Amino acid sequence: MHLKEWIFTTDHKRVGVLYLIGSMAAFAVAGVMAMLMRIELSSLGPTLTANPTQYNVWLYAHGAIMILGFQIPALTGFFANYCIPLMIGAKDVAFPRVNALSVWLFYVGIILALLTFFLPDPPDIMWTAYPPYSILTSGNTAFYTFTVLILGFASILGGVNFLTTVAYMRAPGVTWNKLNIFVWCTVAAFVLQLIFVPVLGTAVTLISFDKYLGTHFFDPARGGDVLTYQNLFWFYSHPAVYVIFLPFFGVVYEIVATFARNRVFNYNAVVIGGIGGILALSGVVWVHHLYVSGMADWIRIGQMVTTLLISVPVGLMVIGLVGTLYKGAISFETPMLYALGVIFLFLIGGLTGIPLALTALTLHLSDTYYVVGHFHYVMAVAGTFAIFGGVYYWFPKITGRMYNEFWGKTGFWLTFLGVNIVFWIMMDIGVQGMPRRYYDYAQFPQFEHAHRIMTAGAGILGIGFAIAVLNWIVGAMKGKPAGANPWGSMSLEWTTVSPPPHGNWAAPPTVAEGWHPYGYGTAQARAVSPEPPARPTL
Amino acid sequence: MADIKDPALGWDILWHEVIVDITIIGVLFALLAAWFVFRYRRRPDRQQGEPPRLSPAAAVAWVIIPVFVFMADDFFLAANGWQLWNTYRDVPADRLEVKLESGMYSWDYTYPNGVQAQNELRVPAGKPVLLRMSSRDTLHSHFIPDFRVKEDSMPGRVTYLWFYPQQPGEHLVTCAEYCGVMHSYMAGKVIVLPPQEFAAWYAAEAAKLAPPVLAPAAKMKRKSA
Repeated sequence: MHLKEWIFTTDHKRVGVLYLIGSMAAFAVAGVMAMLMRIELSSLGPTLTANPTQYNVWLYAHGAIMILGFQIPALTGFFANYCIPLMIGAKDVAFPRVNALSVWLFYVGIILALLTFFLPDPPDIMWTAYPPYSILTSGNTAFYTFTVLILGFASILGGVNFLTTVAYMRAPGVTWNKLNIFVWCTVAAFVLQLIFVPVLGTAVTLISFDKYLGTHFFDPARGGDVLTYQNLFWFYSHPAVYVIFLPFFGVVYEIVATFARNRVFNYNAVVIGGIGGILALSGVVWVHHLYVSGMADWIRIGQMVTTLLISVPVGLMVIGLVGTLYKGAISFETPMLYALGVIFLFLIGGLTGIPLALTALTLHLSDTYYVVGHFHYVMAVAGTFAIFGGVYYWFPKITGRMYNEFWGKTGFWLTFLGVNIVFWIMMDIGVQGMPRRYYDYAQFPQFEHAHRIMTAGAGILGIGFAIAVLNWIVGAMKGKPAGANPWGSMSLEWTTVSPPPHGNWAAPPTVAEGWHPYGYGTAQARAVSPEPPARPTL
Repeated sequence: MADIKDPALGWDILWHEVIVDITIIGVLFALLAAWFVFRYRRRPDRQQGEPPRLSPAAAVAWVIIPVFVFMADDFFLAANGWQLWNTYRDVPADRLEVKLESGMYSWDYTYPNGVQAQNELRVPAGKPVLLRMSSRDTLHSHFIPDFRVKEDSMPGRVTYLWFYPQQPGEHLVTCAEYCGVMHSYMAGKVIVLPPQEFAAWYAAEAAKLAPPVLAPAAKMKRKSA
């Protein structure tokens, strides 16, 4: 391999693959942290370590790295980079060198995050880093601050780049109402990043100011206020959930439309009502993370209503997805299994969020395993399934080769089984009172059995993910040649050769007036089905 | 007494109601998706989807009707949730009011008469208990799973919660907000006593508090005299 060509690349596809490699490394590390925690909790009292701080460092690293180092970069770094220019028929992004800078910053950020384990006093502040503890602790808070600032800056550069790319670089004929759902979702996610990332940057910077420079933003004894931090933090970190949700749902839309060979059901409703509705509501629901934090009663009730209303745009997006199955011609290769898995997991995760939206119910549920189970279903696991499904889906395009279908399906079913064991039980003992972020649960000896089963489940899902990653590595090296369009998709990225050359198409693509990325069932689609030629005239 | 609403009981009722609600929605969607997946699988004679042509009116209806249904359910749940919320936040006037200062890693209670207790909150059965909470160091959250209630305590602000113990017994108190290294060991209990027993304990504790300041001093004087 020509390492130098990869490091100094400005090709959006290579930048994307670099994002994928980095975020998968982060996923592996954060996954190992999860396994260590599950082993620690598999029996009462100390199991792996007798030092609670060690456990708290794992917990911090698991949360921070999974969100900031894996999910957001995999979705808005890898998928956006790889797919958006191909989907809109552009030869690259608008600012290729800015793009290279953002992936370099991303690597600096995750290397900083991975250094956590080599510091004398690693952060033990949870990814939320609430003061006063994050200021009082001997753990290194500045480390977290710089990780967030660098990754946030990389994300802002990506946002500017992709909004410009989608606005100005679409191929002739690719109008706004012919954009892939994934493109719309990612545009919306980047709008959210541009608006809200600076707020998170502010919050974590003030933490380090308080700790190292002697300011008193969050110190009530000197006129500060601890709640200010929680508001700033969640004012970003709730929209961050949509920064993850929107692109991963977009990936699922692409997979479902392709494998059902069907038009997206009610496209305009999904784009305007679904994605637009989420954008509109995303900034006014953060207080549901602060239901027991001592906020004023009126704002807790007000945001209970806005939080419940999130179900409306999300519901429209789910209807669009399930509607896309209606009268389709569905086949069940590995990417589709992951996509259907996401529908199932997201249904459970989304609906178990409704009790949490109700302020009164959250007085009991908040900070228990119920919350942990819920957000893993709705965002962590559903998002990761979408990422894995998406990598499988575009794998033939990226590598030009095919993965092994048997191992793909085996990996899927193991993971699917594992996550349901872990997170269903987690919600169940949460309702019974098991609090989160516990190194030990001496007060709850009745849950030891449940914890042991969860640890076994975590082992199963870990094996499933490992099989998937091995399948990609083997497939990339030895897989059968895949052809340009193995799935028979109508979307533009499948019209070029696999893998696409620098510049993506030999000649700039143009699309016919009747073309649509989901134009299945039309005469045009039938002409190219089931196995369209390598370069169909569109 | 009968007119006091118990938030914990209300919690169980609303929880049950919401679980029924979301189970119905979830099962409907899952069955529909499963049926589509089965019915519209790819077959040799079906290589392409045959998407329905939505007329503009149908497309709008497919937005308006689901929006209306979801919002109706949202507002129904919001109304019930708000009602229970009022129960949780309106503290009955006839109550035992205890100050709580939390710290790494203990719950320190101060009763109205100055009696102090650590990690064990004794209360009489049949009387609502109000905790006015603050913290001397980090965030903590006084969580009593049996009474379905928690609220954070923090430096610089006073928060409150109340619960309604009705039967004598012991209930776990545990910290629900990450507060430091020993977070998972920050536990205590609420001990609900029969009213007479509580009154006796309360008076005895108060008696221990008041005299010791005077009595030993008086004794010493007598001795020296």
